[in-house]
Amino acid sequence: MAQSLGQRIFETPLYPYRRSPDQKAGAPVRHKVVVVGAGPIGLAAGIDLAQQGVPVVILDENDKVSHGSRAICFAKRPLEILDRLGCGERMVEKGVTWNIGKVFFGDRKVYEFDLLPESGHKRPAFINLQQYYLEQYMVDRVRELEAAGAPIELRGRNRVEAVGVHDDHVRLEISTPEGPYNLEAEWLIACDGARSPIRSMLGLDFVGKVFEDNFLIADVVMEADFPTERWFWFDPPFNPGQSALLHKQPDNVWRIDFQIGWDIDRKEELKEENVRRRLHAMLGEDAKFDLEWLSIYTFQCRRMEKFRHGRVIFAGDAAHQVSPFGARGANSGFQDTDNLAWKLKLVIEGKAPEDLLESYDAERIFAADENILNSTRSTEFITPKSPASRLFRDAVLDLSEHFEFARPLVNAGRLSVPSIYDESPLNGPDDADLPRRTRPGAPAADAPTREGWLIDRLGNRFQILAIGTDAPEHFEEAGVDVEVVRLSPDESPEFRERWLGEAPGAVYLMRPDQHVVARWQAFDDAAMRAALRRAIGLE
Amino acid sequence: MGKLITEPNIPDPDGFYEELVGLHEGLTEAQSAAVNARLVLILANQVGDREVLSEAMEAARKAAENGIDRQEG
Repeated sequence: MAQSLGQRIFETPLYPYRRSPDQKAGAPVRHKVVVVGAGPIGLAAGIDLAQQGVPVVILDENDKVSHGSRAICFAKRPLEILDRLGCGERMVEKGVTWNIGKVFFGDRKVYEFDLLPESGHKRPAFINLQQYYLEQYMVDRVRELEAAGAPIELRGRNRVEAVGVHDDHVRLEISTPEGPYNLEAEWLIACDGARSPIRSMLGLDFVGKVFEDNFLIADVVMEADFPTERWFWFDPPFNPGQSALLHKQPDNVWRIDFQIGWDIDRKEELKEENVRRRLHAMLGEDAKFDLEWLSIYTFQCRRMEKFRHGRVIFAGDAAHQVSPFGARGANSGFQDTDNLAWKLKLVIEGKAPEDLLESYDAERIFAADENILNSTRSTEFITPKSPASRLFRDAVLDLSEHFEFARPLVNAGRLSVPSIYDESPLNGPDDADLPRRTRPGAPAADAPTREGWLIDRLGNRFQILAIGTDAPEHFEEAGVDVEVVRLSPDESPEFRERWLGEAPGAVYLMRPDQHVVARWQAFDDAAMRAALRRAIGLE
Repeated sequence: MGKLITEPNIPDPDGFYEELVGLHEGLTEAQSAAVNARLVLILANQVGDREVLSEAMEAARKAAENGIDRQEG
């Protein structure tokens, strides 16, 4: 389906097969956690657990990073998560930051928008970066953790052939270039992608909708004058009746997507001369470019009914899929493992009941539904499914050129933002006088503090933020150590606005994934203990 | 029906109607449909109230389903 042109970073084995002592052990060796899939989400799961001291083995049938650029658009919240995992800095250094989007209809530009990023955040709203770079940085991070003695292992060309699910463990049959062996895992995290073999082996299926359309992706290397902007075309002269997208990546690589319809000959469409003809129609007859990667994809908007099945937990595309519009695929996957890692750690350590993992389902299914809803709506706008739908779509685009009111109706993808778990069973009390954006269930709103970015001071453990109020030196409940972080109301104007509003002081209980559990205007020992117990599934 | 105005609210009904039909004069069916779609969007923005818009959509759909039955508040 995809073809590559020339020798690329993604064609070099990054984690080649090495024999593990497990293969020669008499009885299957049992591991705490096995992650299947070394894509971005599987690597994130592994890094997160290892960083927190939970032993983890990552298996992948391949030994290379992502073939082609694939996911290219990374949003602020996932960047914050990747910062916590020690990979964010390299991504942002290498990545391309963009703020301006232009929308074209037919042969004219109907309007442009500026994402107008809010000030006072460490990370930008979005960067563009080829998935293979991200995976390379994540594999480097795995190596760094390994070298520091963290309990993490990455096994290339280890393919899971069969899964047996038991009450307290999972048995895996694995094939390698040197033959098969068996492994056991107390917990299995399946991050094995949209076509998840683990999902099929367990006979679990997806509910949702397949869209009957194909998109041709071309990664084009060229020296071009296009500014660093996202350009989206509805019904352009070079692709009549369809859509097209242009996005800049690092190294002068441009991602170009052509919607090409359902009834096509894939082989014909992927022929280099045919792709070049399309590109010349778009970029001009004189344009000079090289093709780095070509692919045709179709997509689904659907999810599993439940993400957790006993000792097997699904994350990322294996659990849910969306259309690419809005960049809600990989971006939501990082939020899955962000949500899961600390819960699994507490369960493994015996500090939290297994039931805590039910909140992974509750929170991430809520998020998946939000993503599916958004990406389904974008898909309907970009590829209208009925004459009436196209009529209104075109009416919106025509109006958007002349009237501002129509612009919010133009939907070329609603870019990924984190879900706020308003209904989470883990949430504690709220104080409605404090700002809405930092309410229980919300991810931390970054802001400058006197000791650096707030987001860099949060995560990996439960924390109490004592802002301009008293709080104890130490806090511990149910065997969980809670770090107390003291902050002044005057850290920065953004900090005050996002965390205090008009209140003189506040106390926040934060989860290890940087989400707010509960908040008050003053410290109350009994209320704090109850909130913590609830947040780890004890109440 | 809650907030949707279903009592007469347009002054000069005959004049309004004449203008509405006149708007489509000389247009092809496709052009007419496009004008109607734009008009719906412009009016919807003028109304702004999500509840009223939902009620209006429901009323429009029902009136067609029930054939000659008029929607009576």
